[in-house]
Amino acid sequence: MSAPAEVLAVRGLSKSFPGVRALDDVDLTLRPGEVHALIGENGAGKSTLIKLLTGVHRPDAGEITFQGRKVSFGTPLEAQKASISTIYQEVNLIPLLSVARNLFLGREPRNRLGLLDFARMHREAAETLRTYGVRVDVRQPLRTLGVGAQQMVALARAVATDARIVIMDEPTSSLEPREVETLFSVIRRLRDDGIAVVYVSHRLDELYAVCDTVTVLRDGRRVHHGPLAGLDRLALVSTMLGRELGEVRTEGVTKFAGDHRIADSQPVLDAEGLTVPHKLHGVSVRIRPGEVVGLGGLLGSGRTETAKAISGALPVRSGNVTVAGVPLRGGSTAAAIRAGISLLPEDRKSEGIVPGLSVRENIALAALPRLSRFGLVSEARLDRIVDTFVKRLRIKASSPHQKVGELSGGNQQKVLLARWLAMTPKVLLLDEPTRGIDVGAKAEVQKLVDELAADGLGVLLISSDLEELIEGSDRVVVLKDGAVVGELTGDDVTEDELMRTIAGDVPAPDVAKGVTTDG
Amino acid sequence: MAEATLHTAPLDKARLLQWLQTYGVYAGVALLLVVNTVITPHFLSAENFRTQAVQVAPVIIVALGMALVIGTEGVDLSVGAVMALAASVTALYLGYGLLPALLVVALFAAGAGLANGALVALVGVQPIVATLALMVGGRGLALVLLPQLKDLHNPGLASLGSGDIAGIPYLILIAAALALLIAFVVRRTTFGRRLLAIGDSRPAAQLAGLPVRRVLIVVYVLSALLAAVAGVLATARLQASDPTSLGNLMELSAITAVVVGGTPLSGGRVNIGGTVAGAVLIQLLTATLIKHDLPPSWTQIAQAIVIVCAVYAARGRGKR
Repeated sequence: MSAPAEVLAVRGLSKSFPGVRALDDVDLTLRPGEVHALIGENGAGKSTLIKLLTGVHRPDAGEITFQGRKVSFGTPLEAQKASISTIYQEVNLIPLLSVARNLFLGREPRNRLGLLDFARMHREAAETLRTYGVRVDVRQPLRTLGVGAQQMVALARAVATDARIVIMDEPTSSLEPREVETLFSVIRRLRDDGIAVVYVSHRLDELYAVCDTVTVLRDGRRVHHGPLAGLDRLALVSTMLGRELGEVRTEGVTKFAGDHRIADSQPVLDAEGLTVPHKLHGVSVRIRPGEVVGLGGLLGSGRTETAKAISGALPVRSGNVTVAGVPLRGGSTAAAIRAGISLLPEDRKSEGIVPGLSVRENIALAALPRLSRFGLVSEARLDRIVDTFVKRLRIKASSPHQKVGELSGGNQQKVLLARWLAMTPKVLLLDEPTRGIDVGAKAEVQKLVDELAADGLGVLLISSDLEELIEGSDRVVVLKDGAVVGELTGDDVTEDELMRTIAGDVPAPDVAKGVTTDG
Repeated sequence: MAEATLHTAPLDKARLLQWLQTYGVYAGVALLLVVNTVITPHFLSAENFRTQAVQVAPVIIVALGMALVIGTEGVDLSVGAVMALAASVTALYLGYGLLPALLVVALFAAGAGLANGALVALVGVQPIVATLALMVGGRGLALVLLPQLKDLHNPGLASLGSGDIAGIPYLILIAAALALLIAFVVRRTTFGRRLLAIGDSRPAAQLAGLPVRRVLIVVYVLSALLAAVAGVLATARLQASDPTSLGNLMELSAITAVVVGGTPLSGGRVNIGGTVAGAVLIQLLTATLIKHDLPPSWTQIAQAIVIVCAVYAARGRGKR
């Protein structure tokens, strides 16, 4: 028998948003019973592709052929009616309705009077869910279920609506390992039933466990597609990150000077066994004064969460943070800041700057208590400190009274750096410090990081820019699925080593033990 | 720069809107003063000004607290109920003397503010819902404490309500002093800066280590205390405690004054001068229409138009 015909064929799909070409001439084919991995880093175009397939956005160019017919979905509902179901990261069900109602929403069984047939609905819901390993009272509101069980209900609902294609966007991000196993068995059953599955995940182990084929997107283009079996993990990671193995590069692309003189004293930051349910599993990081420690790993590996957990912004279930020998108590951002930890958050616009306030107010925000007496702000001292940092960081604003929201990304980032430097911190946690800022400002920020380390600060550097991470760091701690899987030191701080560690090619027995402890 | 001298139509419109948002309320007050001088007989008398000012003073005092709450992207619907509560408590404890009665009023108000603040800052209830609870419950409590109107005979209270210094009633002096105090708090204190930062971007304020909860609680306590001051002053002027109707719809008058005065509901900005002018504008508008024997329904329609204009002017700011 010949291979079954394609259930979905996408040709030359393109989509632009103001200022970005989100998807550029992308092809994708799905056969019935195929489990297709869709992977790529931040901004690669995965979400855009999914949104085009499900009718959230309309493509600028290209065509989608579904079951042999050319289609164009105007709304998500049309896509659903055409039997394309999507399960998003966040469960999109109705928390206050019962589990059974959610499962049958929009297609409830009715009795002869046209009323809801609750008895039948509850019976069938319980039967359906049992096959997904979910044993609950289906009359309870959905929100009483755990996140994993809710995800299963969403999955059961998606499959029950006669789906021909099921798209799963990071379905395991909130599942326990046991639930992941159940999910996999469901996926295998879908495959046997001839349903095509698009599986989006950053967890390589999962991809290899359940997927047949893979499409890799990068910067809006398809850079690789084909069967997954036999594909080398390292090759997959390097394709995703856009780095050739052993690629010869000229040094000095970034403004980092190189190695720092690291004091051989006690660590200025010692984070031990940080655990956050579903996110971090016993992550430990140690930074000595004058040291820049990089955090490596793919998207979703727990880099941002590690920084947030250290700075008290993410509550930890267990783990300790010690700053210069003094244990941190309270687990609040205020306590961490008092102890000398400063976090430059990844999302500069919504978590960093206060857009409506001036450059001056933004710089002084955290240091206000030091600049005031009896709650009254000393304008003279404030002006002095603002003046110092505007000059030192070369912040370009029409005046210190200009609103920060009106500045360029690079200058906003400098304002945030100034806010923290005004606190004379001991440890700086930099989460994507140069993302989305222009080349000039990028170089300045990188140079500044070097200078700060030279002054004896401990720096934790998170960056998706591999050059920046490798050249900026003295040491790189590699994370994967929320756990430390390796550490690069000395001459091993290279892109190749980093990718090998992420791919898991290098057995690291000493750290491997720590990985499996939590689950 | 070359661009600076270019005058294009959309730019002018944006500038006009911005100008209107900052100074529109003052222009409105000035316009009403001029119009009234021309068309209303005896408008320019000291007596008339005193009457208007005494009527608007409680609204101004309540609106000051409301401006702070709105600056944090919140709203306080319970101010009218707190005024009624203040009136009841004043009547109950006036027997012990004016000062002890005022202290008990302050305690009750602080309790109400703490309840609002705790619900918003600690429990995470939306401000409109949290303060709605006290808006209903507060007036209920006021009526339990004092079921009906009660005449009050206390010389101290009487002079607070109708006394004056050099012809200027205490009420006006107190409102002016409080306005200056709150403006100073907003501009010059750490508390003021933190309040604005929290209103503009709460996640950023949190990550910058600001005591977000404490600031929010203090803001609601201040709002309740200011409402209580307004309640006591209104009671003093009436020479009677009237928990049934005192402060009815006050929350809406206060919100109107704040919004008309150019403080955006989205938080991060507090305009105290504008808030005072906003209260005055509505007062003058109402007085003008009443003096010219227009039915009360016209007053409401006029108020609605002013609010819509204010919101329209504020809209331009939202898009940065």
